[in-house]
Parts: sequence; C-alpha cells; structure tokens
Amino acid sequence: MVELPPLAPQYALGLVALLVLAVDAVWPGDRREDVVGAIAAAGTLVATGLAVWFIWAGTGGDAFSVFDGALMVDNLSLFFTVLVGSVATLVSVASIDYVRGESHVAEYYALVLLATTGMSVLAAANSLATVFIAVELVSLPSYALVAYLKHNQDSVEASLKYFLVGALSSAVMVYGISLVYGATGSLRLPAIAEAVSSEPLGGVFGVGVVMVLGGFLFKTASVPFHFWAPEAYEGAPAPISAFLSSASKAAGFAAAFRVFTVAFPLDAVSGTVNWALLVAVLAAVTMTLGNFAAARQESVKRMLAYSSIGHAGYVLIGLAALSGNADDLVLAGSMTHLFVYGFMNTGAFLFVALAEQWEVGETFEDYRGLAAKAPVASLAMTVFMFSLAGIPVGAGFLSKYFLFASAIDAGFVWLVAIAVVNSALSLYFYSRVVKAMWADSPESEFSLGSTPTALYVAVLAAAVVTVGLLAAFDPVTDTAVSAAHLLLG
Amino acid sequence: MLIEALLAVTFLSALCVLAAPDEWASRLGSVLSLLPLGGALYLYSTYDGAGNALLQSGSPAFETNIDWFSFGSYVMHWHVGLDGISLPLVVLTTVLTTIAMVSAWTTIEDRQSQFYALLLFTEASLVGVFSALDFFVWFVFWEFVLVPMYLLIAVWGGPRRAYAGIKFFVYTNVASLVLFIGFMLVVFASPVQSLDLAAVAAAVRGGEIQSLYGVSANTITTAAFLALLFGFAVKTALVPVHTWLPDAYTEAPTPVVVVLAGVVTKMGTYSLLRFNVTMFPETTRDFAPLLGVLAVVTVLYGAIVAVSQQDIKRIVAYTSIPSMGFVLLGLVTYTQYGLSGATFQMVSHGLLIAVLFLAVGAIERSTGTRMVDKISGVASEMPVTASVFVAGAFGYMGLPLMSGFAAEFFVFTGSFRAEYANAPLITAVAMFGIVVIAGYLLWTMQRVLFGPLRVDTDASVREVARSDLAPAVVLVLLAVALGVAPDLFMQMIQDSLTSILGGGV
Repeated sequence: MVELPPLAPQYALGLVALLVLAVDAVWPGDRREDVVGAIAAAGTLVATGLAVWFIWAGTGGDAFSVFDGALMVDNLSLFFTVLVGSVATLVSVASIDYVRGESHVAEYYALVLLATTGMSVLAAANSLATVFIAVELVSLPSYALVAYLKHNQDSVEASLKYFLVGALSSAVMVYGISLVYGATGSLRLPAIAEAVSSEPLGGVFGVGVVMVLGGFLFKTASVPFHFWAPEAYEGAPAPISAFLSSASKAAGFAAAFRVFTVAFPLDAVSGTVNWALLVAVLAAVTMTLGNFAAARQESVKRMLAYSSIGHAGYVLIGLAALSGNADDLVLAGSMTHLFVYGFMNTGAFLFVALAEQWEVGETFEDYRGLAAKAPVASLAMTVFMFSLAGIPVGAGFLSKYFLFASAIDAGFVWLVAIAVVNSALSLYFYSRVVKAMWADSPESEFSLGSTPTALYVAVLAAAVVTVGLLAAFDPVTDTAVSAAHLLLG
Repeated sequence: MLIEALLAVTFLSALCVLAAPDEWASRLGSVLSLLPLGGALYLYSTYDGAGNALLQSGSPAFETNIDWFSFGSYVMHWHVGLDGISLPLVVLTTVLTTIAMVSAWTTIEDRQSQFYALLLFTEASLVGVFSALDFFVWFVFWEFVLVPMYLLIAVWGGPRRAYAGIKFFVYTNVASLVLFIGFMLVVFASPVQSLDLAAVAAAVRGGEIQSLYGVSANTITTAAFLALLFGFAVKTALVPVHTWLPDAYTEAPTPVVVVLAGVVTKMGTYSLLRFNVTMFPETTRDFAPLLGVLAVVTVLYGAIVAVSQQDIKRIVAYTSIPSMGFVLLGLVTYTQYGLSGATFQMVSHGLLIAVLFLAVGAIERSTGTRMVDKISGVASEMPVTASVFVAGAFGYMGLPLMSGFAAEFFVFTGSFRAEYANAPLITAVAMFGIVVIAGYLLWTMQRVLFGPLRVDTDASVREVARSDLAPAVVLVLLAVALGVAPDLFMQMIQDSLTSILGGGV
C-alpha cells in the first residue's frame, strides 16, 4: 500500500492550480472555460476528500511534523483543510456559471486554487516564517481576485483598498514577527514557547505579540482591521466574496489559534502581555459593530459583509476564553462555528451571485417576490439566513450553542451575554431577506431568465450540508474537540 | 422507532409534495397526510405507556433514547417518547392537518405545492415538539414550527399578511430566546449534565439547584420560571402578550388558521404544563394567585374585546384568547380535576376553534365579506355551514355532551377546590367570562346567520363545496364523540398527571 505524504491535500491543490493553467494553454476545443472550472472543482474536491480520509484514518491524531517542524499536519490543519477545500469546491462550481464569458477564466481558477493552497498551508504553519509566507500566498491572489471584474469600478476600488490595508497589515505583522524573533531568537512556535517560559521577556516581545495579533485581525476581518471587508466583499465577484469571507477568514483563525496557543501560551506570557483580555474586548467590539452595521444596510451583499464581521466576533470568543479556567472546548466551539459558518455563509453569498446572474438587483427591496419565481433557491437562502441567525433550522444554532455554552463554563458570562444580544439583533436583518423574498410583492413584474445550473447546484449543496449537519454533527465536533485538545496539550 | 418513522414519513411527504407539480399538490398532499394520521391513530391504538414521561413515574410509550452527537463533555441525546399528555396532542395535530389540507382545496390557488409541503412540514415539526423528551430536540422542533408557519401566513395570507407574519415571527422568536435562556439558567445551575427533560425536572423538583455566580438558587429558579412563563405566554397568547394573535389569525388563510389556532397555540399551553407546572411545582404554587389573576384577565379581556369586533373572523380570533385563559386557570390549580381539564381543553379547543374558523371561512367565501353589519340570514342559503357554526359555538359555550363541556367543567371544578388564595373568587369571575362568550356568540349568530337574507355585496350566496363542509362536519362529530366519551383521552391524561400532584414537596 502506497503511503501518501502528510501534505498530500496541499500538494494536490498546488498541482491542480498548475494543471488548470496548463490545460488552458493546450485545450483545443471550445468550452475551455467550463473544462478548467470543472478541473478546479474536482481538484478541490479531491484535496478535501484526502483531508477527510486522513482525519478518518486517524492521521491527525498525533501531529506529523513536516519540513523540520515548519509545518504541522494534525487534526487542526486537516479540519481547516476540509473546510477551505469544501468552500473552494462550492466556489469553483458556482464560478463556472459566474465567470463564463469573462476573460482570463483559467487564471481566475488558478488564483482561487493558489489561495486555497495558501489557506491550507496557513492552517498547518508551525513557524512564524511559514505563517507569513502562507498569509501572503492567500493575500496576493485574493487582491487580484477581488479586482477580477476589472471593467467594474467598484471591484477595482475595493481591490485597491483591500490591497492597501493588506499591505499595511502585512508590514505590521512582519514587524511583529521580527520583534518576537528578536526577543526569543526563534521562529518555530514551540521554540518560542520554550524561550517565553524560561525567562520573563520585556516589552519588545509584548509589542511583537500585539502586532502579530494585528496581522491576524486583518485576515479575519476583525476590529480594528475590519474596514476593508465591507468594500472588498461588496465590490468583489460574489463567489469571491463567499470565498474570502468563509475560507480566508477560517484559515486566518486557524493560524491564530495555533500561534497563540502554541507560541504564546497564556500562563507564560500573560505577565508580559495579556492578549486574551485584548481579544475579549475586541471580540465584544467586533460582534457588536458587525451586527449593528449590518442592521443598517440596504444592500444584501453589504449586509452579509458586515454579518461576516459579526461572526468573526463570535469566533474570537474561542481565543478570549482561553484565559478562563479553560478547557479546550471553547476553542473547539469556535472551530465548529467556523465550519458551519463556512457552508451557510458561502451559500448565502452564492445566492447573491445567483441573484446577480438573474439581474434582480442587490438591495432588500430588489429581492421582493423572488420566492414565487425561484422557490427552491429561496428556500435554501431562507435556511442560510435563519441558520446564520442561530435558529435551529440549520447547524448554525448548534455551533453557536456549543460555543456560547462552553464560554459560559469558562467563566465568560459577560461576553456571552453580549453575543446573545447580538445574535438576537442579527435575526432582524437576516429575516428582512426572508421577508422580502417570501412576503413582499415586487413593485413590478419581472422574469428571471434561465437558471445557471452550476450555481444552483452549489447553493443547494451548501443548504443540504447546512441542514444535514444538524443531524450528523458528530464528525465535525469530534474532530474539532480532538484538534483543540491536541493543540492545548 | 415508531415516532421516528412517523416523523420521517411526514418530512418525506413534505419533500414529495414540494417536488410535485402544482396541479397534483392538493390531492397528493391530502393523501400523504393520511399517512401521519394513520400513524398517529396506530400509536393511539397501541399506546402502552404509563405515568408521566418527565417524572419517570412510569414508562413513556414508544421511547427512544440514544446519544445523538457529542461535543466534548456536552452530549446531545435524541430522546423521544409519548405519554398520556402528549399523545392526544399528536393525534390532534395529525387530524387537524388533514382537515386543513382538505379545506385548502378550494381556497388556495397559488403556489400549491409549496403550500401543502409547508403544511406537512409544520405537522412533522409539531409532532416533534410533542414527542420530544430532551430539551434540545424539543427546541429544535419548536423553532422548526416557526418558519413554515411564518411563511404560510406571510405568503398566502390576507391583505396585511406581511405585517401579521413578521409580527408573529418577531413575537415568538423573542419568546423563544427568553425561554431558552431561562431553561439554560436552571441547567447551568443544576448538577445535571444533559438537557434531558426528565433529569432536569428531577433536579429542580429535588431541590438540587445551586447558586450561580453569587445569585441564590431561589432567585435562579424564580427567574427561570418567569422566563419560561413569558416564552410560553407569548405562544399561548395570554394577555398582555397576545397582540400578535388577532393579526395572525385574521390574516392567515382558513386552512392555516386551523393549524395555527388549533395546534400551534397548544404548543404554548402544553409547554406550560410540561415545563412550568411539572418542573417547578413549588414556584408555580407560589405564583398561583398571580397566575390565576392573569388567567382571569386573559379570559375577560378576550371576551370583552371580542364583543366590540365587527369582523367575524376577528370575533372568533378573540374568542380563542379566553379559552387559553381557562387552560391556564386549570393548570395553576394543582388538582387532578384542574390539570386534566386543562389538558383536555387543549384538545377540545383545537377541534372547536377549527370548526368556527372553517365556518367563518365558508361564510366569507360565499358572501365576499366578513363584516357582521353587511350580512344577515345566510342560514337560509347555507344551512350546513350555519349548523356547523352553531354546533361549534355551542360546543365553545360548553354545551353538555360536547368536548368543551367536559373540559371546562373539570377546569372549574378543580379551580374551585384549588388551595391558593382567593381561588373560588377567581374561578367565579372566570366563569362569568363564559357568559360573555355565550352572549356575543349568540348575538353574532343571530345577526349573521338568522333573520331575513341580506348581503351587501355582489356575491350570490350559496352553500360552499362539499370539500369545505366535510372537514367541519367531521370535527363537530369528533367534538361530540369526545364529549360523550371523554375517556377516549381522559384516562391516559389523568394517568400521566397524577404524579405531578404526587411528588414535588
């Protein structure tokens, strides 16, 4: 029996990216765009399947250290590889319809695949050097992808803003890394932890930690580095918004979880810099800002962008609560929430993509009467909205429940109270979409034209997973719990 | 496994109907709804449970208790089962859904496959609510009900459907949030590790609630009780949190209001009984005088406001409010009579209010209006509808040999004997509500049904289709059957209620 390398999913993703470019160069016939799209979708699916297989076979149970400890294949990296891989599959399938007829289609898929590779590497990065490289491998394709519709002013503007904030935060992060390196003399996460626990480190190290945190806050669209997100998500092609707000955010969190639990263990560094307290405050601000801003939007896409910030706030609870009498459950709660969020949020953005293809407009008002024309897709969107709000029609309720309950057990009642209030408020703007689609009558008669099959399939697949997880949540929670357990030792 | 099979069949039927073309949906949906109906009747005929499912005083029937999934130390159980309190409501759910479907044949013309699919989806979720014995399972189904119900009102309702739908949705969702927090409060404060209702009930009744974050156990118990009470009061539409009800009932199309008034509000009363009364006997007794007053206010308010309505559908909608007051009155008595009367009233009210709404729907369709002052004497042209209306109304007033009589008689008998302060006085005032209800129902019938025929619209009044009449007639017959032989349900109800009274102190 052939033994696969532990990094097989990452290799698969990278190779498929190259394969897409090669096929594009040599494919003789027409329908080239559809072929490369199908290859990208199949490739991401294979990578996801490999990661699932690894988890199932128990590969992640004990950590595989690769490249002299620069990368680590464990349940955390596999869990997030499955997540970003599935999101990338959905996005690739949806894009087949979305980018048909645009120029540079193969490059589009190659960029998506490269970014996905970066995300799964980021989840495995076990050294600050690989963390930074992986972050850049995610970011650079993302900038280009946001600007993909280059005849569209908004898209280009969004990309420029995203790039400028991204460049700044990369600089902040790499400066932070250099400070941490200067103070500890190492880039590998376990070695940093050793240096930290052997002797008390000064303020330079503390500044470094905060700056590294800043880099992650950018990647996850959390306050105070969130303000690129609404523009970027709104201006980008909708599948790319789905990709960035689900997969990119999840990968950022994966790396943040690993770096902060492995390299900066709280009991050792809290004397220098109590990052958990900082994260707790930022979590509260992030979720409140995201949800309140989302409540005031008129465009559905922009609402989803702000709601994405709000959900980043919920997930931050997992890091914040580590300072409590922490068992690893809160962290696992954050991971499960990211997982479910990956599907319901991707589905919601893909529905927006569907609406863009139908040319019905982008505000809540424009969605009026959509359910009469497209009941099944509207039902899927209804599931996404309610699941995002935390109503148990989808697994969003479960992950929120576990996250909040374990945070309460860790002693963070105040943070959970804020989160619950936010969650209740979020129902208002999510249900506006549902109300517009089902209850309101359109101002004028409209027709939708043909149904983009691939996009439709992607939306339905996301809905089926969102609902299906409600019944079969065990594999996700088990993997998340064991990953968190492994991380915190 | 029978409950799971029932749920699966109903959910799958919903999917089948959703996929079917509109032309078949009405017949297909109605035929498929016979499957859960038959299933529920089969469960009824083979019921072998005993005692109360929450108090472990016997064994619930058809019980399944397996680990569903786990998250570290949190383990979610799939725990379902039926006892004498829930089984009648499951039967009621399936009966009323089939009735609603048949009555929709002539009324629902748009987007039929979605309509019938959502009704079946509601039915499955309702069965889930009544059969759940784990809070988690219960809550999932509780919220499941909300979504199709909202869509059914907001899409197929009357002119103000969007407003009525969102109002219903917001009210009940806020209620859900509050009750969820309330329940979690006791779970966190108790040593119980699971969300199993029986385990939590045992902990609360056994005084195992501990203080949490410096808040005393007593305060936590009271806060949880009040949070749950608030949540269920909204669903039941007790005054003063009833204001979603008249809008939702009036705007919902007839088939939907049959399910909404007939079963969905029973979720509230059923849960009041299951959670507040069963789990918190001490606190309920402490609050009994207050709750009694709340019940009376609900009765009188509903009855008096109904008098001033001009729209017969609104009259019937407001008529529904006092009945829920009677249920509350029975629940707080802590007597065998009161509790069993209240439980019986849930079923009886479900049948009778459906009859009234079906009759009102028929009159509206035939005459084109619901305004009392625009129609009179329709009985001469619509004799069957008029008879059904009269039968339903008399059942509502508590005519002996109909189910309403048995229910209300038990409630009042129990309430007079209740031990809390001023119970007889409160009961007497509540009984006065019956007089008001009887008065305005008779007056309404006098004006609308009898006298010379006069209709201020262009419609030509004639009897409605048989498929509209048959459901109402069937329901009247069922109400009579339950009135003649209350033991069809009463025995199992009483068997399950006894242990609530037995322990607890």
